[in-house]
Amino acid sequence: MENKPDKVVYMDHSATTAVHPKVLDAMLPYFSERFGNASSIYGLAREARRALDQSRQTLAEGIGAKPEEIIFTSGGTESDNLALKGVADALRSKGNHIITSAIEHHAILHVCEYLSKRGYEITYLPVDKHGIVDPDAVGRAITEGTVLVSIMHANNEVGTIEPIAEIGRICKERKVVFHSDGVQAVGKLPIKVDELGVDLYSISAHKFYGPKGVGALYVRRRTPLIPQAQGGSQERNRRAGTENTAGIVGLATAIAMAEERRDDYNRKVGALRDRLIAGIQERIPSVCLNGHPTRRLSNNVNFCFQYVEGESILLNLDLMGVAASSGSACTSASLEPSHVLLAMGVQPEIAHGSVRLTLGYDNTEQEVDYVLSILPEIIERLRSMSPLYSKAGAAAGGGNG
Amino acid sequence: MYSDLVMDHFSNPRNVGEIPDADGVGTAGNPVCGDIMKIYIKVKDDCIEDIKFKTFGCGAAVATSSMVTEMVKGKTIEEALVITDKAVAEALGGLPANKMHCSNLAATTVHKAIEDYRSKVGAGSR
Ligand SMILES: Cc1ncc(COP(=O)(O)O)c(C=O)c1O
Ligand code: FES
Repeated sequence: MENKPDKVVYMDHSATTAVHPKVLDAMLPYFSERFGNASSIYGLAREARRALDQSRQTLAEGIGAKPEEIIFTSGGTESDNLALKGVADALRSKGNHIITSAIEHHAILHVCEYLSKRGYEITYLPVDKHGIVDPDAVGRAITEGTVLVSIMHANNEVGTIEPIAEIGRICKERKVVFHSDGVQAVGKLPIKVDELGVDLYSISAHKFYGPKGVGALYVRRRTPLIPQAQGGSQERNRRAGTENTAGIVGLATAIAMAEERRDDYNRKVGALRDRLIAGIQERIPSVCLNGHPTRRLSNNVNFCFQYVEGESILLNLDLMGVAASSGSACTSASLEPSHVLLAMGVQPEIAHGSVRLTLGYDNTEQEVDYVLSILPEIIERLRSMSPLYSKAGAAAGGGNG
Repeated sequence: MYSDLVMDHFSNPRNVGEIPDADGVGTAGNPVCGDIMKIYIKVKDDCIEDIKFKTFGCGAAVATSSMVTEMVKGKTIEEALVITDKAVAEALGGLPANKMHCSNLAATTVHKAIEDYRSKVGAGSR
C-alpha cells in the first residue's frame, strides 16, 4: 500500500466542486466595490444590473434559450421546487396528475410527497436495472389530468443518462409540460433546451465549479408558472428577492467555462473513470458496477462491494485521505438504503455496500492509481470482519466482477 | 463525527474473528438499518474465557462490537448479563445521536450468545 498523500484525494464531485479561481475572480468585485442593488437607479446599481443582464445572456446562450426565459434561484433545490409547485399551482384547474421517476433527487421526490398531501396524484415511474426510464412508459402514464412530467437528465448517484429528448417529444405531442432536473448534467452533456424538448430545466452552479447557493430555472415562454416567493418584482415577477449578484456572475462564468471545456472534460475525466472502473473490477472480487455501462456521466463510478457496509468503507477511505460517498442505509439520515439502488432492483443488503466515487477535472491518473492501490485491502479487511462473507464466499465461489 | 476512541476501536477492532468450537453463538440484526452482528463465546467455570465477533455494519456498529468484547472478556456470565447497550456506548465516550441505535446490537448479541450457551448446557445435563 502507498503512503497517504499530502492532499485529500477528492472524489465526491457530484456532491459539490471547488469554485474555480477564474470564477472567484469574476465574483469578487460584486461583494465589495460593485455592491449595488440592481433595482436602484444610480450608477452603482446600473453596474449590478449590467452584470445580471450579461450573466443572463451568457447562461441563455449556453443552453440555447432566450434571456427572458431564465429565472435565477438559490440553487437546484429551489429550481426544482419552483418548477413543480409553480406549474402544479398554475394548472390546478386543468388537472392534478404529475408523472416523475422513482430515482429523482429528494428535491423532486419530497416536493411530490408534499403535493400528494395537497391532493395531487403522483405516478412514480420505475426504472430498469441500469436506472433508465422507458419513454413509452411516460406516454402510457399520461392521462387527461396530467399537468406535468418531471424526469431528471442524469442521475446523481449512479450517473445514468435518461432519454430526455425522447420523453420531450412525447410530452410535446401530448401537450404536457415537461421539466427536467439537469443539475448533474451541466458541463458533461450538451444542453440545448429545444433539442431536449424541455419546458423547464433546473441548474445548480456548485456542481460545475461555481458557487453554492445559486442556480437557475429555465422556463420556456408561455409555460404557466405561479411564483413561489412573493415580494419585489425581480426576475420578471417570478422570483422575488434582491438578486445574488456575485453568485449569479459566478454561475454565468462557470457555465461559460464548463461549455468551453466540455469535450476536453469528458475526454479527460471519462478516461479516469474507465481506468477506475476497470481497476476495481480487476482487483476486487464480488463487486458490481451500478448504473449503465455506457449511458453514464463521464465522472461517475458507483460500485456495490458485497458483504461490507458503505460507511465503514468511507471511514477507511477517509483515514487514507480519500473523500467519497455511499448509498448505504447507515450513511443516510433516514437509515434507508439508497432509493435509487432499490428502484434499480439492487437487494437492500447489497445496496448497503455501495460507494460512489465522482471524479473531477483536477483528479489525476496517480490519484486513481492510489485509490486502486488501497481499496482492495480495505475491502478485504472489512470482509474478514463480516459475518456474511465466509458463508457467502464459499457458496458463491468468487466474484462476478 | 466519531470520537477518537470510537475511531480507535473501528480502525483496530479487538477480538475480531470466529471461535470454531464456541460454547455459545449469538446473532442479532439491527432492524433500523439492516446490520448484523455475530458473537462467539468460550465459557469456562462460568467465566467468559474468550470472545470473538464479526460485524456487518457502520463505524459505530464495529466500534461497539469491539468495545463490548473487551468489556465482557474474563467476566462471569452474571456480570456479562448486566452490561447494557447504554453502558457500551458510554464506555466509548458516547456516540453521535443518529448512531445511538447502532449500540443496541452489542450487549444484546452477547446476551444471545449466553442464552445459546445456557440452552446447550441445559440440554446436556438433562
Ligand atoms: C440531481 C440533483 N438535483 C438537485 C440537487 C440540489 O441542488 P442544490 O444543492 O443546488 O440545492 C442536487 C444536488 O445534490 C442534485 O444532484
Ligand atoms: S449499524 Fe447501521 S447505522 Fe450503525
